[in-house]
Amino acid sequence: MQKYSIFSLIKNALAYHEGWEKVWRSPEPKSEYDVVIIGGGGHGLATAFYLAKEHGITNVAVIEKGWLGGGNTGRNTTIIRSNYLWDESAAMYEKSLQLYEGLSQELNFNIMLSQRGVLNLAHNLSDLREIERRVSANRLNGIDSEILNTQEIKEFVPIINDSPNSRYPVLGGSLQRRAGTARHDAVAWGFARGADTRGVDIIQQCEVTGIRQSRGKVTGVETTKGLIKAKKVGVVVAGHSSMLADMAGFRLPVNSYPLQALVSEPVKPVLDTVVMSNTVHVYVSQSDKGEMVLGAGIDGAHGYTQRGSLHVIEGQLGALCELFPIFSRLRMMRQWGGIVDTCPDASPIVGKTPIGGLFINCGWGTGGFKGTPGSGWAFAHTLATGEPHELNAPFNLDRFTTGALIDEHGAAAVAH
Amino acid sequence: MLLIPCPFCGEREESEFHQGGEAHIVRPKDPDELSDAEWADYLFLRKNTKGLFLERWVHLHGCRRWFNMARNTATNEIIAVYKMGAQPPKAAINKPPKTAVDKPPKAVGKGAKK
Ligand SMILES: Cc1cc2nc3c(=O)[nH]c(=O)nc-3n(C[C@H](O)[C@H](O)[C@H](O)COP(=O)(O)OP(=O)(O)OC[C@H]3O[C@@H](n4cnc5c(N)ncnc54)[C@H](O)[C@@H]3O)c2cc1C
Ligand SMILES: [Zn+2]
Repeated sequence: MQKYSIFSLIKNALAYHEGWEKVWRSPEPKSEYDVVIIGGGGHGLATAFYLAKEHGITNVAVIEKGWLGGGNTGRNTTIIRSNYLWDESAAMYEKSLQLYEGLSQELNFNIMLSQRGVLNLAHNLSDLREIERRVSANRLNGIDSEILNTQEIKEFVPIINDSPNSRYPVLGGSLQRRAGTARHDAVAWGFARGADTRGVDIIQQCEVTGIRQSRGKVTGVETTKGLIKAKKVGVVVAGHSSMLADMAGFRLPVNSYPLQALVSEPVKPVLDTVVMSNTVHVYVSQSDKGEMVLGAGIDGAHGYTQRGSLHVIEGQLGALCELFPIFSRLRMMRQWGGIVDTCPDASPIVGKTPIGGLFINCGWGTGGFKGTPGSGWAFAHTLATGEPHELNAPFNLDRFTTGALIDEHGAAAVAH
Repeated sequence: MLLIPCPFCGEREESEFHQGGEAHIVRPKDPDELSDAEWADYLFLRKNTKGLFLERWVHLHGCRRWFNMARNTATNEIIAVYKMGAQPPKAAINKPPKTAVDKPPKAVGKGAKK
């Protein structure tokens, strides 16, 4: 692997940038692997990376039907935080945040982690109580989290509308200062490069169309490039998880919905943190290019159209202008959608399936970008050893039968 | 935004409606006899089809009545609406969807970047 550094930059600049190596290979699939990972999003690529790095398992293929990171990984609003309510989620998301903190060094790839803080607003008494409860829970779990009052919020975000006369006045908020954003594409590319260097085959433009099994055990996958045999298979396909479960013959509690995001024209720096509001339902941050990046809720009905409905955007822009009147004449430049895989308890499923050797990692829904490294790390352990790590053990599929749900609905502040 | 043909009021905008999830889920006759796995199936496990999906809707800000709808979730084509308790019309269900399920419309392209 060509190491990226100031010296390699200078060397290549002097050579007119013609000497850069390809970042990963594009191999043809072999007929058999130890592990096949279906889905080349951040979670699948992170799984492959940690399989190779932590467990020395390198006879691995990642099979992606489109292009790397072309699913939700390349479509999200890149908010990263770990201030979740329940112990199980706090442990998982905090592990992920800690991995994020060292990731640029570890991957030798700048993922542009920006710990600019994430502020979750409260607009009514029940919001305030919820925040008080969550911040206390966070602190018990050793996660940095604090409460700001209206005046402190105004000082932290001067452009916010703090008028007590608004329809939904800002009454307070929770702040996690270590939270922030990262560059989503770089996360996918960095993991891909790290996995490829260690021998993982990344196969793009190859769709999995069937799961081969014999006597209750997985034996391989059928793809548009032919049959690929494997001892173990990990399904990491987000919005398309139910389709893969159908192929394998088991059921999931997952529902897929379009979730949209949009960006404005670029403007001068005005917002140096991430602001989220569950109640008026919008969240916004400013990209390094100056664009406002904003998103909100899922569409009202199931769907696989990667666009979403206009009235959902209308709602979130109304909320945006209420919170930030300064944005009222900002023009929106681009809009897109992804297909998110939501679970009834708003927590992911990372673990075994009823089929031997077949594992699943899904249900991250509207908020799994922040979970990418932690999810990959724990899922790699699960694939390598055949058993979940204690970090992902609570996130099993069985919890919908046992009743041990991890309800992060309102508690997770807002969906992202 | 979908334009939904309410069987009672005619075509109205989606924002007047609320979707109630998968249709035709039958409430267990004898709940006391259900195993945990059967409860999980009834409460949580759902069809999540890419393609023909049978779902319930309520005309919340209109006549407030529930009805069923057959829709292609890959294209948003509304194939049929029919009343609660009725079975989906056979003709609608056997007809192949207008757009191939796995070919998203052209407009969905690479513009999907932050
Ligand atoms: C608009 C939007 C905003 C979001 N904002 C945030 C946010 O601010 N913070 C946050 O933490 N999370 C956010 N999320 C959620 C986050 O993006 C996802 O949870 C996360 O990226 C999922 O990663 P993944 O690798 O599991 O899935 P994906 O990146 O979707 O990867 C799955 C891959 O599987 C491939 N695939 C599917 N079927 C097959 C098949 N049959 N064969 C081969 N390959 C297949 C797909 O092509 C895809 O590339 C947002 C999501 C959206 C859509
Ligand atoms: Zn009506």
